Amino acid sequence: MYTCTLKNQTYQFRSIADVLAKASEEKSGDKMAGISAGSSIERMAAKVVLSEIKLKEIYENPVIPYEKDEVTRIIYDDLNLFIYKEIANWSVGELRDYILSHQTRTSDLFRISKGLTSEMISAAAKLMSSIDLVMASQKIRPTAHCNTTIGEAGRLAFRCQPNHPIDHPDGILASMKEGLSYGSGDAVIGVNPNNDSVESVSRILHMTHDFIQKWEIPTQNCVLAHITTQMQALKKGAPIALMFQSLAGTQAANEDFGVSKEMLDEAFQLMAKHGTSTGPNQLYFETGQGSEVSLDAHLGIDMQTLEARTYGYARHWKPFMVNNVSGFIGPETIYDGKQVIRADLEDLFMGKMHGLPMGIAPTYTNHMQADQNDQEIAGMLTALAGANFYMGVPGGDDVMLSYQDTSYHDDASLREMLGLRPLREFEIWLENMGIMENGRLTERAGDLSIFK
Amino acid sequence: MDIQTIVKQVMEELQKEGQIKSGDKPANDAVHTKESSVRTIIYEKVKQSGVDLPADLQEIEKVQAITPARIGIGRTGTRMKTRNYLDFRIDHAAAQDAVFKDVSEKLLNELKLPVLHSKAETMDQYLMDLDSGRKLHDSSRQWAEENLPKNKEVQIIVSDGLSSTGVEANIRDLLPALVQGLQSKSISLGEPVFIKRSRVWIQDDLASIVNCDCVISLIGERPGLATAKSISAYLIYQPNEDTVEADRTVISNIHEGGVPPVEAGAHLADLIEDILKHKASGVKLSQLK
Repeated sequence: MYTCTLKNQTYQFRSIADVLAKASEEKSGDKMAGISAGSSIERMAAKVVLSEIKLKEIYENPVIPYEKDEVTRIIYDDLNLFIYKEIANWSVGELRDYILSHQTRTSDLFRISKGLTSEMISAAAKLMSSIDLVMASQKIRPTAHCNTTIGEAGRLAFRCQPNHPIDHPDGILASMKEGLSYGSGDAVIGVNPNNDSVESVSRILHMTHDFIQKWEIPTQNCVLAHITTQMQALKKGAPIALMFQSLAGTQAANEDFGVSKEMLDEAFQLMAKHGTSTGPNQLYFETGQGSEVSLDAHLGIDMQTLEARTYGYARHWKPFMVNNVSGFIGPETIYDGKQVIRADLEDLFMGKMHGLPMGIAPTYTNHMQADQNDQEIAGMLTALAGANFYMGVPGGDDVMLSYQDTSYHDDASLREMLGLRPLREFEIWLENMGIMENGRLTERAGDLSIFK
Repeated sequence: MDIQTIVKQVMEELQKEGQIKSGDKPANDAVHTKESSVRTIIYEKVKQSGVDLPADLQEIEKVQAITPARIGIGRTGTRMKTRNYLDFRIDHAAAQDAVFKDVSEKLLNELKLPVLHSKAETMDQYLMDLDSGRKLHDSSRQWAEENLPKNKEVQIIVSDGLSSTGVEANIRDLLPALVQGLQSKSISLGEPVFIKRSRVWIQDDLASIVNCDCVISLIGERPGLATAKSISAYLIYQPNEDTVEADRTVISNIHEGGVPPVEAGAHLADLIEDILKHKASGVKLSQLK
């Protein structure tokens, strides 16, 4: 039990989970779950309490018990206890100050991240403003290697996302050519299938693989079907460079997704043995605030803390990409543009603080209060904060999943406005194709008919 | 010669031929009457290549015809051209509006669907409180208990979901095709119902009342930009309190530009036959197959 007297009012909090939930910035999903602060001043009281809680208290009180939850077990089993003990007596406020200090170097942050549980990282983020989150995120640049290297300074990658409402192979191919002609596709060429059957998924894998081979494109292919479908396709000889799965921050929500540690271990080993890519990073995870609450599997924990726990779980399998899609679900979890922007900044920081190669998909659906302007603001801010990659969707309109994401045009714009280059291997390919020169699109760019 | 010069020359030619009227020129060129200051714009979306000097224009037009994706639109700098930007914003505006429309009484009467209600009293409650759309309202529950046929193999639910436009556009073709498909396989069917402001999980609630083996929800999908008229089908075998999302089989993008509704009806009937045969749905079903 914690209490805080603020402006002559006393506020009580039952537990660390309660403090974390009430210290969160306003989000509709936490409200729906009935765990958010009842007023702005109560939110501030929770932040004050949180700033003085010791990391040791958080360590000793995981928001979901170790015995009850696989996510908690992975986070605790992977923790470096030597490093944890060095900082166990810090308060959350001191952790925030340490992260932001000029004296703290990138290597220091990578080191302490190995001794932080996900709840500690979530707690620090709750004491941060937008600029805090951007400054902190800029300091941490996790890299990973599949066929290309992602996350190096000065570079920004994109997933070419050429979906088609009924997986028409020529339709997928055309959108893929369009994306490549804008310089999008160095992170991955990743198709969301409408048909989740092994045959259909295998067909798209072969098609994308063959195209990549024919045009000698330094990248990786991926079809974002359920992991069990991809594993079956792989066992039947389909060429997979990167294997995908959506993850959440509680065991209950992961069971809803039909995924477990055992399954991910199997996928990890299968990819090392049969995947087409160099590696060592061969998995691709998608995450985002709100999935646990929409599945009614949140166990009374706030969306942001559960998102941090998702990263604690994800880092176990050393992914090549972690893509955050907060904003994809709808207004019941993230209400409007303001909440999306905040969630994107929090998630980018928390993911990086876990040592993960993070990308952001600033997205909106048509039943929430957000529009293109909000999305572009979120894109610019997270690019400034050093996101590794974004999605590339033709015209920003995903005709299969029915939502809006960053377009091939946005991708090219983000690179140009911040002076960022494609991934090293891919940039050389773009230059050879005559699509890019000195980091800028040429006149030839944007013409899908150059791929004959 | 650059593209702007070409355009300028063409415009001059057209003006000479009198194809562009003076009303299209800047207003300060002419003394204008009251009528000439009224400009009527009929805006229609046209699918055409926006790529300046493409390597193969025919190729671009060919692929534009096989996908609703916004490809071959070209660029100005790194940005979209004005026309494409406006198209995008117009489609978003239309999609936002589609969420808040109701399915018409006329359609429901025509299909003779009994109308049940979820616990969501208002659209706002429906959007913000998931639980309210996942459970039947007490009066609807009672009606279902008293009136719906029990112990059939299949129960069909039609839900407005997030696009009543989707239901309006597809259900006339989809529902009869599905019913016919099931009948031809001699699969027993309860009475299809419409549940207003309902979400997918309401199928678990109704299944427990009618005690069916497989329940299928035909639900309006959240509207996209390319189409606000899409329906998804969610199928589950014997849902219970241990049911998880991965147990549901989903067929999405049922609409004229995706899986056409008549075709989808036949396909869904085959799928239901499969589910009943394997006594499983979702990830479990695909692992058994």
